[in-house]
Amino acid sequence: MSNAIEKSAPASTVTSRRRLLQAAAAGTALASSPFAINIVRAQGAPIKIGFPTPLTGAFSAEAQDQVRAAELAVKEFNDAGGFNGRRVELLVRDDKLNPGEAASRTLELIEKDKVDFIVGSLSAATQLSINAVTRERKVIFNSISQSDAINEAKDWSPYTFHEALNPHMTAGAVARYAFPKFGKKVVYLTADYAYGHEMVRGFERAGKALGATTLADIRHPLGAADYSSFLPRIQALKPDVLVLCNFGRDLVNSAKQATDFGLKESTRLVTPVLLFTSRVAGGSDAFEGVVGGTSYYWGMEDSIPAAKVFNDKFRRAYGGAVPSDYGALGYAGVRSVLQAVLNAKSTDSDKVSDAMGRLEYNWYKGNQFYRKCDHQSVQSVIIVESKSKGMKDKNDVFTVASIEAPSESNLRSCTELGHKG
Amino acid sequence: MGELTPQLLALQLVTGVALGAIYALLAVGLSLIFGMLTVVNFAHGAFFMVGAFLGIYFQTLTGSFLLSLVITPAVVGAVGMLAERFLVRPLYGRGIDYPLLLTFGLSYILIESMRVVFGIEGLPSATPAALRGSVDLGIGRFPLYRLALIGATAVVVLGLWLLIEKTRFGLIIRAGSRDPEIVRVLGVDVAKVWLLVFGLGTAIAGLSGVLAAPTRAVNPEMGITVLAESFVVTVVGGMGSLMGAVVAGLLVGVVFSMTSLLAPEFAELSIFVLMAIVLLVRPQGLFGKAGLMA
Amino acid sequence: MKATGVHALMDLVARHRVVAVLAFLLVFPLLMPYEALAVNILIFGLYAVGFNLLFGYTGMLSFGHAAFLGVGSYLTGMSIVHAHLHWLLAIAVGVAAAALVGLLIGHLAIRTRGIYFSMVTLALGQIVYFAFYKAESWTGGENGLRGVTVAPFEVLGLRVDLTNPIAKYYFILGFVALALGLVSRILASPFGAVIEAIRENEKRALACGYDVARSKILVFVLSATICGLAGSLRALHLSVVPIDSLHYLQSGQAVMMCLLGGMGTFFGPFVGAAIFLYLEDVVTSLTRHWMAVVGAIFILFILFFPRGVWGSLMARWQRSATREPSSPAVEQSGPA
Repeated sequence: MSNAIEKSAPASTVTSRRRLLQAAAAGTALASSPFAINIVRAQGAPIKIGFPTPLTGAFSAEAQDQVRAAELAVKEFNDAGGFNGRRVELLVRDDKLNPGEAASRTLELIEKDKVDFIVGSLSAATQLSINAVTRERKVIFNSISQSDAINEAKDWSPYTFHEALNPHMTAGAVARYAFPKFGKKVVYLTADYAYGHEMVRGFERAGKALGATTLADIRHPLGAADYSSFLPRIQALKPDVLVLCNFGRDLVNSAKQATDFGLKESTRLVTPVLLFTSRVAGGSDAFEGVVGGTSYYWGMEDSIPAAKVFNDKFRRAYGGAVPSDYGALGYAGVRSVLQAVLNAKSTDSDKVSDAMGRLEYNWYKGNQFYRKCDHQSVQSVIIVESKSKGMKDKNDVFTVASIEAPSESNLRSCTELGHKG
Repeated sequence: MGELTPQLLALQLVTGVALGAIYALLAVGLSLIFGMLTVVNFAHGAFFMVGAFLGIYFQTLTGSFLLSLVITPAVVGAVGMLAERFLVRPLYGRGIDYPLLLTFGLSYILIESMRVVFGIEGLPSATPAALRGSVDLGIGRFPLYRLALIGATAVVVLGLWLLIEKTRFGLIIRAGSRDPEIVRVLGVDVAKVWLLVFGLGTAIAGLSGVLAAPTRAVNPEMGITVLAESFVVTVVGGMGSLMGAVVAGLLVGVVFSMTSLLAPEFAELSIFVLMAIVLLVRPQGLFGKAGLMA
Repeated sequence: MKATGVHALMDLVARHRVVAVLAFLLVFPLLMPYEALAVNILIFGLYAVGFNLLFGYTGMLSFGHAAFLGVGSYLTGMSIVHAHLHWLLAIAVGVAAAALVGLLIGHLAIRTRGIYFSMVTLALGQIVYFAFYKAESWTGGENGLRGVTVAPFEVLGLRVDLTNPIAKYYFILGFVALALGLVSRILASPFGAVIEAIRENEKRALACGYDVARSKILVFVLSATICGLAGSLRALHLSVVPIDSLHYLQSGQAVMMCLLGGMGTFFGPFVGAAIFLYLEDVVTSLTRHWMAVVGAIFILFILFFPRGVWGSLMARWQRSATREPSSPAVEQSGPA
């Protein structure tokens, strides 16, 4: 404990302080002048793409796959000559699945590393947080994380792009597949957060058109490890379909426990987003018979040529490994930005945003483009069913049940999202 | 809600008891360490998680779930004893905050070690073959394994009760929690007792992990929510009271279960509200001794 | 032994601690790899200093202080996003709200002591967390509150644009400086002596005739207010308010920072925050296993530097200067 009684500071301290302030002021002026920007982005300087992603935490496996695939895209681009001889650098940062940390990292990437573009994120909350920072500073952000909110007018900006699917699309696609096939009486077991609610909304909207009825929408705390408290009621309701509106580890836990309670005897389990990593972590027993949606499954290569090309590239680069769903998004997210740079012949945010808005591409699963009003990538949704027998190797975990073709009609309308026109 | 039949309520109650069994076991370990050493073990959730991982590891190694049930708590307890001897013991007498904070740091290390050893994705866990499937209880289907869990918890709690009430070691524990000075004066090597108690508490945490692993995803982060739940139960029951840990465990399990049925969004909140109410009305918990903690 | 010149300087610094701290903070951005980190350190330094009023000086370990950080952030954020208030008014709203929540929680919590106090604050803090989590339409729920942006404005003829990292740093420093001055005043006042007396021996303080309960509530509210200000500033810094601002892990961070820097010293918590955040930044970029490194460092400090970096330094300087027993570090004798 210090015992301080203030006296006035000696003169020398005052002068030096003043000089420091002057230096700081000069520094501020220099840093904010356009002159400074020109110094940084001189000819031949590398193009920098910031890549914040949760390298540590619950989704580190998915995040690391994102990084691997993104690095593949960067290498491809550089090997092909880059942009006017300028190479691309990928600056990967750990956002720890924490929105506050994601915002700080984004500030670091923009202020310290002076990145040209940002691609990344995995959780809904972190992408919104990154977007809040990038849009204020007019930096392009191509999000590879699922969320409905980023497409809405109040979060969106001309520099915001959404490469990944959103819950509305995946839920709708799964609903359109599952309800006619398995039955119309539905119970939802929903993670109680925005993403979970968005999934239910997607299901119910598609379901209404098909005549499905919601028996109950049971909300569980996000991150719950134990679902036994919710299962007796679900058992009693005897639904045709139980939709597990949750994600990642929550899905693994709820699928496991629903299986333990014998729910599969009378009910079909369905989930909007069935991740490759979740299925591997949960095992074939827990996921037997579970049907879900995904943005990509490597097994598509049998029917989609672009998938085979992409898979082979990945296999060559990573010793036979196959890309996961989030991995493919990491690849596409970066590649779209780089292609737009080539098309725009510039790294200026406005020009690249314009070029990206007009981009039509097929990087790994078929034709895609960004819808004009909200920059949502209009793309196919793959319905997969978990395999429990006849698996050729540890990666052969799904059969592709159906592929829903890209269509703007599967998205929420521009006006609904608050965009004018 | 028309479907609230007596059968459903009964099944929900059974679910609550099964849930409570896990809570009770977790709280017992925490309470034991607190009662004897007045150390709040913030690494409790981490030891639980380590137990879950090692449980799967030993089960795969030996091919037997029962063997892993014996080996894993022993290993976890050994780790706990090492921690007590070298990390916690230097801090006795410095007030309650320091050991608490130390175990907080320890939990970080335990979590990261599991990531390094077993990978970041976690391990797939399977229910032992003999206990797979569900049983028709007449009121609905219920997992066989969870019924077995209730039984296992009862056995452990009974064993612990016998240890504390009927053995000399237990006598020392009881005396030591009331007045360690006198116990030392009477010639007992209190340091060794502390070591064993800490080991026992962490071993029970590890055992809970092994038992809980088949019911949920096993990953390095699984202990974090468990820690909060363990605290709620221990506080409600009374820190330092084993009877309290068991009763509170069952109570919290049933409260959580019933709230999940009637108002599921508030289930998680309800246990914190319960904790706040107990602390404000009767801070020593249901069975704790008043004035035990400053 | 050290020369008297150094002692004279240290003495001078000790007596003008606020000025010394501010002088250091004025040049601080030059020492940091990027400004956003420096701003984070300012914000969390203030948070830790506010927390330390209660923890280091009064001896009450709260595990729910994130509630005040979060309430400050959210109320300021919501004032800007939903009510479109001027930033100064928004900050005032955030701070006032944090003080009010501090009064409510403090009133309930001080009925308990010791470990129960910690548990009650944990539980009440979590209840605040749930309340904000559920109020999705106001707070954004799990997605957080986005859009906390402030258009460039004029102050005394100077144009301030908060997207300019240096401008943002000095803007936030202004508020932090005021708050630190306030805390220093409080600690140097008779009230500051009372709360330390309570920490050392509550019964004796009571016997001396001090209104312990009222003092406790007062320091609780003051602590909450300072933490609330830190939260308000954080909202402006990040342009978002993440939901885990309110989570108990955020409360745990305050404890770690105070411990690293030194509880019971004025500037210690600030140093702790700087060390913690800087280390985390550096370690995160070096290895994925930053959690183990942080845990290990934390344990080392608890075992060998319980006074923290700043506290140990202060103690050593004071000892060599005055040859008197060092400042009363927080060494309570355990009950058992």
